[in-house]
Amino acid sequence: MFCLMTLNPLSLLKALPGSVAQGMIWGIMALGVYITFRILDFPDLTVDGSIATGAAVSVMLIRGGVSPLLSLPVAFLAGMLAGLVTGLLNTVLGIPGILASILTQISLYSVNLIIMGKSNQPVSVDNYPLVVALRYVTEGGTGRLLFFVGVILFLLALVAVLYWYFGTEQGQAIRATGCNDNMARAQGINTNFTKVVALMISNGLVGLCGGMYAQFQGAADINMGRGAIVTGLAAVIIGEVLFGKFASKRKLAFAYTLTAVILGAVIYYMVYQFVLWLNMPSENMKLFSAIVVAIFLSVPNLKEKLAAKKGVA
Amino acid sequence: MSYALEICDVHKIFNKGTINEKVALDGVDLKLNPGDFVTIIGGNGAGKSTTLNAIAGVWPIDSGRIVIDGADITRLPEHKRAVYLGRVFQDPMTGTAASMNIEENLAIACRRGQSRTLKWGVSRQEKEIFREKLAALELGLEDRMTSKVGLLSGGQRQAITLLMASMKRPKLLLLDEHTAALDPKTAAKVLEISDRIISENGLTAMMVTHNMKDAINHGNRLIMMHEGKIIYDVAGEEKKNLHVKDLLAKFEEVSGGEFANDRMMLA
Repeated sequence: MFCLMTLNPLSLLKALPGSVAQGMIWGIMALGVYITFRILDFPDLTVDGSIATGAAVSVMLIRGGVSPLLSLPVAFLAGMLAGLVTGLLNTVLGIPGILASILTQISLYSVNLIIMGKSNQPVSVDNYPLVVALRYVTEGGTGRLLFFVGVILFLLALVAVLYWYFGTEQGQAIRATGCNDNMARAQGINTNFTKVVALMISNGLVGLCGGMYAQFQGAADINMGRGAIVTGLAAVIIGEVLFGKFASKRKLAFAYTLTAVILGAVIYYMVYQFVLWLNMPSENMKLFSAIVVAIFLSVPNLKEKLAAKKGVA
Repeated sequence: MSYALEICDVHKIFNKGTINEKVALDGVDLKLNPGDFVTIIGGNGAGKSTTLNAIAGVWPIDSGRIVIDGADITRLPEHKRAVYLGRVFQDPMTGTAASMNIEENLAIACRRGQSRTLKWGVSRQEKEIFREKLAALELGLEDRMTSKVGLLSGGQRQAITLLMASMKRPKLLLLDEHTAALDPKTAAKVLEISDRIISENGLTAMMVTHNMKDAINHGNRLIMMHEGKIIYDVAGEEKKNLHVKDLLAKFEEVSGGEFANDRMMLA
């Protein structure tokens, strides 16, 4: 390894808290992707747009004088609105799900530009009392401790709320819709309604993540959502592969699974940081992410094929 | 007294105006009295399952009227008709949600026709009721209430679907070849459960089957369909005295012998 000598382990260690923090925030987005991809069985690409929408809304509100904390529920609502559009395109207008979500995603690019006025809007921690910021993590001390304790408590609360919701009558109706929509309709569930609700909740979480992430990095950027779905999927799949078996055996299996998805996002960003540290040029990272997701998604299928071949022989 | 089900002159053509045009229902008329248990037989493409799907509202019909217990449901979407109906399908996978456990599936069926609120999905009280009903199936499912339905066998899934379909005492129970995908022994067991659930709850039911013996031995009325029409309708004593060879003769008569290749012969 010709370049190993130039690598500094200390710099990796120093970057670790930052990538863990980034992963935790993206974990919120991964929860949203889990809801559409796994629970609803709907390939929702809206998220690439709605994450930037949440960011744009939060940053512009803060710059307009709204409290950073208050801007986050608004970012959540903005994301829900994006999910509503995809849902209506799919259910009322009958456009296939993946295409409906692409249409929303593309239109959100313009919408986000309109919200921000230009392609990048900064929001500095020097000028505003941001809820989360990279500065809190890098400065260390009580600031860092408070940051991590706060974010972890918030994530646990989020997992608890989602656990509760998907155990209610309405949440069960959504799960049934995703699992078997014929059965759902036969049992009187309005599957159009449940689809729209699930898309709204999912994109609400994604919008919230966008708002938090914009504060964390100190800016909203029109391109920050590009490939977000791949990151979200990577988190979901890494979480499932590493902790799936462990989670499914527990009493509160669903809560463990959601936590695993968040951990998946954290691990994704730790690996991401590690690969960057190996001097991988940053422009290659999207390729890297896509390959990781492709490999993890294909493993179950390849296993099946292999088993089938063995069965014949 | 109103009929449990009234189907008036229902027509349905699939892929109209294309090379694949298929007249599926060609003026179906049927009236069921409350408590009727009708078995439906006929060759492939005769319109048996299509009739059930028309009632369930899987797609809109071209013309005609469907009335259940006095309520015109012709224009209602599928999920709103579910209030009146219990349905069991040919494929055991269709009737249940595989990734959800037994009690969740039953709880979803318990809320058919109600708005789904933010109350917890399964109450403790319900769990007791489910346990009793599952025990009555004698399949040992009462001890596996938190098992995912996807782990169960086809027969077990059909039994659970039957429970789900009858849970809210529907005005009409639709059984669409619900034993066709099962081995003979399991099929017999599921049929026995069907009979019991129908008689215990006094349900009106329609059962599509390819098995002529089953069609004769179950229910109080039998209809035969051919090319989208009801061509034969017997009830009471006359039905009881039917034999498979009578039905075969009837079939030969209407289909002019073309029926020889049909899988019905095997039954």
